[in-house]
Amino acid sequence: MSYTPDQLQVMQSIIKRYPRPRSAIMPLLHYVQSVAGYVNNEGIELIGELLKLETAEVTAVATFYTQYKRKPVGEYHVGVCTNTLCAVMGGDAIFASLKDHLGIENDGVTADGKVSLEHIECNAACDYAPVVMANWEFYDNQNVESAKELVDSMSQGNPKPPTRGPNTLVTWKEASAVLAGINDGKANEGLQAGHSTLLGLNLSKEGK
Amino acid sequence: MTKLAPVLSAHWDEKDSFTIEAYSRHGGYKAAAKALAMDPDAVIQLVKDSGLRGRGGAGFPTGMKWGFIPQGDEKDHYLVVNADESEPGTCKDTPLLMANPHVLIEGCIIACHAIRAKHAFIYIRGEVTHVVRRMNQAIEDAYKAGHLGKGIDVVLHVGAGAYICGEETALLDSLEGFRGQPRLRPPFPAIAGLYARPTVVNNVESISSVPAIIANGAEWYQSMGTEKSKGTTLYSLSGHVVNPGQFEAPLGITLREILELAGGVRTGHKLKFWTPGGSSTPLFTDAHLDVPLDYEGVAAAGSMLGTKALQIFDETTCVLRAVLRWTEFYKHESCGKCTPCREGTWWLVQILRDLENGVGTEADLEKLLDLCDNIMGRSFCALGDGATSPITSSIKYFREEYIAHLTNGGCPFDPVKSTLFVGANA
Repeated sequence: MSYTPDQLQVMQSIIKRYPRPRSAIMPLLHYVQSVAGYVNNEGIELIGELLKLETAEVTAVATFYTQYKRKPVGEYHVGVCTNTLCAVMGGDAIFASLKDHLGIENDGVTADGKVSLEHIECNAACDYAPVVMANWEFYDNQNVESAKELVDSMSQGNPKPPTRGPNTLVTWKEASAVLAGINDGKANEGLQAGHSTLLGLNLSKEGK
Repeated sequence: MTKLAPVLSAHWDEKDSFTIEAYSRHGGYKAAAKALAMDPDAVIQLVKDSGLRGRGGAGFPTGMKWGFIPQGDEKDHYLVVNADESEPGTCKDTPLLMANPHVLIEGCIIACHAIRAKHAFIYIRGEVTHVVRRMNQAIEDAYKAGHLGKGIDVVLHVGAGAYICGEETALLDSLEGFRGQPRLRPPFPAIAGLYARPTVVNNVESISSVPAIIANGAEWYQSMGTEKSKGTTLYSLSGHVVNPGQFEAPLGITLREILELAGGVRTGHKLKFWTPGGSSTPLFTDAHLDVPLDYEGVAAAGSMLGTKALQIFDETTCVLRAVLRWTEFYKHESCGKCTPCREGTWWLVQILRDLENGVGTEADLEKLLDLCDNIMGRSFCALGDGATSPITSSIKYFREEYIAHLTNGGCPFDPVKSTLFVGANA
């Protein structure tokens, strides 16, 4: 496929955010993922052309960061936190059961292309452990059963909404566009804060 | 008993707290107007007088950092906000930005004015889609309202999953469009930072603390906290506790006090070990419940305040398993630039994995400590140093538990017992 004039214009507008074009390489890689679903060779060549860089220079950046995928992931990319705290509190058990339930390994994708699975590092939601992410949206306070139900809802094409996120789970490509800095109009959806976030504030209002 | 003191978190319970309307309702952007009418040097002095110190881990005085930027040098200056929160256990900036992104923007305006910068970049973690949405919308709304675009611009830059980019010079390389690898200092960012221009790099919570300081004055801020650690801060309690969550309190509160507020350690269990400020800060035990959680108090007890990420583990948790998992994280996140960290973290993982499986001898503990000694202080940045913290501290407090793995021929713990959903009745 080739990029439409509209898409190329978006890419030019991303470059214009920065005093120096090369700084746009990361949002451009997120953008390529939003178009192709992953960072394919065509995307790397295009970014190289736009930024006047060698493809090797673009590839060097793309392969440094784990969020850039060099092969397709699922429409819903599921990450289970298995860093120490989440792992101990149940993340290891959740990850093991999801691998078994989906019949895929770490970095695997289901045959229908709906769900992919990855164990992830601490995702800054430890007060909601164990944490599962999908397309980098929060699914807080998970257990083995709730995580299985979550991926089942994805397989059925009707994913459960995030606990702290928009009203519906967007697709991997749509989430990648948000990460490229494109406003999808969903910022006002969802909670402003979860229960754990508000714990101290609420106690303080009780005079603590 | 220390009282909680919500300043940053004061209005998080309002459903629309993240909107510009809600922020303006509580006096939002008035501090920026006040600061813009002040001489930049006076703003720096005010922040110096407040005693505000960096909330990203190092605790460097914020006003002093701003004061290092050369003035009248005709060069572009930059403010870079480190919103790449990824230190294991750390979960304060993410909820802050989800609930109130405008306070960071207002802080950026004030800081830019103080250091004579026209551009601020917010380097935000890429693995939090909704927080990126909120931040992006807030910037758009701040432009529409005229708070931005009149001499000060803010650009949101979204990361892509590299812990190392939370290190300020790696972050700058990443923002310039390269692989995120730390730079040798000097020169420090204040002299040659982003695009080799004078740059201030501050944590989200540090910059977000500035509007309230400008609005209420240095004396007000000084009135909270301890002698050398002023103000309030976000403590993030997680793990084996009845109620985990965010607690904004004056610096110097103790874990005992916070645990009491949180309903204590998981029912029927007792505290075994904890981190005061993320996995890179040496572990504490139940002997440290009364350590004042300020920069000096934690350092005097042999650790670091870090990001105030209080991760609590009860007696069902195998310390070796916990430390191994953190070490695997450092190995994975080591950028590969410096040999002691790149190679050392691999060695550490190999030995720890063997020990967890009951393979090895007590001499391996000395080997671990020797490796740590050869990593510590020998790389460009602190990632390698951080990797050694859980190992050296756990061997110090739990040497017998390491040895028990050898005599037991494997891990003596049942991992099921430490999970939330099965462990409660175990």
